[in-house]
Amino acid sequence: MSDAGQIRIILAKLGLDGHDRGIKVVARILRDAGMEVIYLGLRQTTDSIIAAAEQEDADAIGLSMHNASHMTLAPAMVKAVEAAELDTPVIVGGIIPDEDLQPLRDAGVAVVLGPGASAEEVAQAVRDAVASA
Amino acid sequence: MARAIRPIPELYEAARAGERRALGRLLTKVERGGDEADRISELAHPDAGRAHIVGITGAPGAGKSTLVSRLVSDLVTGGKRPAVLAVDPSSPLTGGAILGDRIRIDEGNDPGEAPSSFIRSMATRGHSGGLALAVPLAVRLFDAVGYDPVIIETVGVGQVEVDVVGAADTAVVVMTPGMGDAVQANKAGLLEVADVFVVNKADRPGALDVRRDLDLMLDLSHMTGQESDTGYRPPIVMASALNGDGNDEVWAAVDAHLAHLDETGSRQARRQHRIRTEVRARLEQAMARAADDAMNAPDGATWLGQAERAEIAPTQATQHLLHVLLQPTKEVPS
Repeated sequence: MSDAGQIRIILAKLGLDGHDRGIKVVARILRDAGMEVIYLGLRQTTDSIIAAAEQEDADAIGLSMHNASHMTLAPAMVKAVEAAELDTPVIVGGIIPDEDLQPLRDAGVAVVLGPGASAEEVAQAVRDAVASA
Repeated sequence: MARAIRPIPELYEAARAGERRALGRLLTKVERGGDEADRISELAHPDAGRAHIVGITGAPGAGKSTLVSRLVSDLVTGGKRPAVLAVDPSSPLTGGAILGDRIRIDEGNDPGEAPSSFIRSMATRGHSGGLALAVPLAVRLFDAVGYDPVIIETVGVGQVEVDVVGAADTAVVVMTPGMGDAVQANKAGLLEVADVFVVNKADRPGALDVRRDLDLMLDLSHMTGQESDTGYRPPIVMASALNGDGNDEVWAAVDAHLAHLDETGSRQARRQHRIRTEVRARLEQAMARAADDAMNAPDGATWLGQAERAEIAPTQATQHLLHVLLQPTKEVPS
């Protein structure tokens, strides 16, 4: 693999959400797909994620959301990315009800991945989001 | 990746003016190597040379990231602008990596304010030789755009990682209780490069044993005449980074070592050693490329083919290829 194609993705839990089993699995999936995962872990803020995205020159930001706050926090993350004048796609994974999928996309979230997504689907979704950013 | 393309000099000026995004982008180019990285090196070179370069290494789980996070926090509070380069291994199978050092790095900056520290994770990307090129250049870039000190954090497992830390102005080796006796540490080659020892997790049983073993090793260096010419003996600092105990003493020891370097004029010697190491690594990489080119060149392929058909010995083929390789083909840049 050429270094030029190496995807660097930030994975974080935004806000007060301690369910980090899923994000650890996703970190491993993306690592095994050849990506560099910058793992921020729990209790991040939009500011701390933006700071990391700038310093790490991340190609994508992945948020794991399991506490039903996604309709508030995911759009806030997208706005923070825009405010920082970054073009980094925001990807959301977790427990997201079907009726929220379209509103999240309308709010600027690049991809939403649910519990049924396979490892290949997760990795490919990230590659596609980065490619079309 | 459709990204706004900004020329390197513009990115560099923006990074000098404090734009973190520009510095982040430059570091990506540094990691990739090649012509763009060379240009960045040449731009940064005149502005670099001020920062105190501190290497921190130790076994996985020794508490390096925790220690670094506390040091960065204290440095920021003290009005400094520290940069951290956190090096983690890539998977040799997939080339992927999980870079988890930031998880412990609470930067000590006020929420909502632009952080005065800068942390960058770097994966080894399977080729440790690449690390030997990317790390010194990333350090030079941090230095040139105004970060001081520049802290390099590596897992002290491989020779390259040890070399990288050993080439710093001050090398800090983090040890912990329960990791085997000093003979184990001796094997890793870490003891020779240390300017400051930290016994972390000093609240745990066995910490004093680690200290005693280290003291013994240092006594042996004294007896066998291996200690530095200037009579410097690396201090051993007991710390518990997570609780915050001993962190002040760690940085005081690092500062004292820098003062010692300045007093004895050894800082210049360190810098020369560092430059020498980097130039050698770059030459080795260039030679490796030349070797590949020679094997693919028409002449070279002929000799290689003969060796592959066992018509000549590999040693003979090598001699012939060496002639191909040493043909002057490229002009030396003025």
